[in-house]
Amino acid sequence: MTFSEKYRDEISEILSRYPVKRSALIPLLYVAQRDQGYVSEAVMQEIARLLGLTPPQVYETVTFYTMFNLKPVGKFHIQVCKSLMCALVGSDTMIGWIKTKLGIAPGESTADGLFTLSAVECLAACGTGPMMQINEDYYEQVTEDKLDRILADLRSTGTSALKSGPFLWPEPTPAERAREA
Amino acid sequence: MPKHELILLKNMMQPGYTGSLQDYEKTGGYQAVRNTFGKIAPADVTTMVRKSGLRGRGGAGFPTGVKWGFLPKDYQGPRYLCCNADESEPGTFKDRQLMERDPHQVLEGILLACYAIGAETAYIYIRGEMVLGSRILEQAINEARAAGYIGKNILGTGIHADVWVHRGAGAYICGEETALLESLEGKRGLPRIKPPFPATHGLYNKPTVVNNVETLANLPHILNRGPEWFAAIGSPPKSTGTRVFCVSGHVKRPGNYEVPMGITIRELVYEHAGGMRSDKPLKAIIPGGASAPFLTPAHLDVKLDFEHVATAGSMLGSGGVTVMEEGTSMVWAALRLMEFFYHESCGKCSPCREGSSWLVQTLRRILAKRGRMQDLETLLDLCKNIAGRTVCAFGDAEVAPIQSTLKHWRQEYVDLIHEAEAANLIRPEPVGKP
Repeated sequence: MTFSEKYRDEISEILSRYPVKRSALIPLLYVAQRDQGYVSEAVMQEIARLLGLTPPQVYETVTFYTMFNLKPVGKFHIQVCKSLMCALVGSDTMIGWIKTKLGIAPGESTADGLFTLSAVECLAACGTGPMMQINEDYYEQVTEDKLDRILADLRSTGTSALKSGPFLWPEPTPAERAREA
Repeated sequence: MPKHELILLKNMMQPGYTGSLQDYEKTGGYQAVRNTFGKIAPADVTTMVRKSGLRGRGGAGFPTGVKWGFLPKDYQGPRYLCCNADESEPGTFKDRQLMERDPHQVLEGILLACYAIGAETAYIYIRGEMVLGSRILEQAINEARAAGYIGKNILGTGIHADVWVHRGAGAYICGEETALLESLEGKRGLPRIKPPFPATHGLYNKPTVVNNVETLANLPHILNRGPEWFAAIGSPPKSTGTRVFCVSGHVKRPGNYEVPMGITIRELVYEHAGGMRSDKPLKAIIPGGASAPFLTPAHLDVKLDFEHVATAGSMLGSGGVTVMEEGTSMVWAALRLMEFFYHESCGKCSPCREGSSWLVQTLRRILAKRGRMQDLETLLDLCKNIAGRTVCAFGDAEVAPIQSTLKHWRQEYVDLIHEAEAANLIRPEPVGKP
């Protein structure tokens, strides 16, 4: 089944949001990446046809943005923030832990295809560093012990309860909550 | 802890507050929409916002009501509102909290802005990494649509406004408003040459307003309590209202603190954020995100409002306050930020694209103790030829860390170069490409 057949309803819902088709390009690329784990040349050509674009117009857009993978990545894509604010509170050390534990450097994947490590720029969690994003989830205030538990959880269940929920930091103290109530 | 009233963070600080439509309505949510739609003329809403003195919370600090006033009055075609939720400025993490904890407050602000400018479609451009935030917003939009706050004929007033979440895909520059519009049109996020401004030629070449999340979240409160109330908070007349400051770095209690504008850096760091994390004293502060020049302990009593921070030689920017303790190398810190800017330069303008690479290479050479004294002049010369010579403000932003650290901590650069000279390790060639 082709991409457009498989996701016909989702694609038409996305197209309905915009008066100009090309605006649906990034949303459709996300659908494609969710399906395959990366954006293949074949799917880029199909999306080009869907939106009435040339393949280079799709390719030039895909390559501008860091979140689209042009080749397959591990089942768990670990992205560690390396920008200054996280670096001040230990992101380099954290990358070191991951290197030791998984035997991969930024840009590499484990031989079993489970993990890919990337060092990335700011993810807007500067008050709760060091932090990382694994697939769609944030993990913040990471310690070595927490990292061990996250990796073990991912291996055994594919997810981890240590991921961040709706963000609020610092959490108010009981006294502050009482005062606002 | 805070002696002042919270406005934007008030709901989410209440025990058990989930951010659902039900919770939001219980706190008086959507009252502003009910009391405004069809009851106050759109032009009067704009006047109220202008009177409140509200200025953009994204970084540039442009007066919101004035921005809305630039839209052509007699234009009959569609107009658009874009909520800038691309929050990518290193040091900033407030919009994430506002969207994930109280999404309806943001949506109500969006609806009020749509009403004021006559837009029937709004797009929330949220940074791609914030998957959770985009899901929470989509759920909130569905709730609001079912309750009749979003969609056709809102609350029977005959007014239409639809809101969509549009995820970016990992590009800092898309927080720049014209790059955001390009990205929303499905293109590479390259800033446009201005003029024309988005007010007349924005999304799909139509009149468009781009406002930050925090800016929009203030609107329900301004409409509910009046512009005079808002204009009295903070540091009037030029910096009214509160700011959600994001404190990061070497403090005991980093995080988001909503305070009236005009409190000092000292109060924010030592009273709200709990002071330094260890017995090492404070060495440097970035008061407004990575694009803001560094300040020193001598600036601790500078008031955090637009004018005073600018007078001190920096900028209030996005409200991201980063604190560094004694022992942090300023050359290293400048390099880390420069690596960020090098990575995020969109490549449109040569001075920025090439210059950011040269700056990283020169800084790396100095930090690796292979620098030479001329490198300092090279750095300043490069900075001078980037700032003000690019299409967008990115060029001005990227030179801020280097110019300010060279101004306040030049000796650290000199010491590293002296070490290089003493070890006879001077190498004119760069140490690896960035």
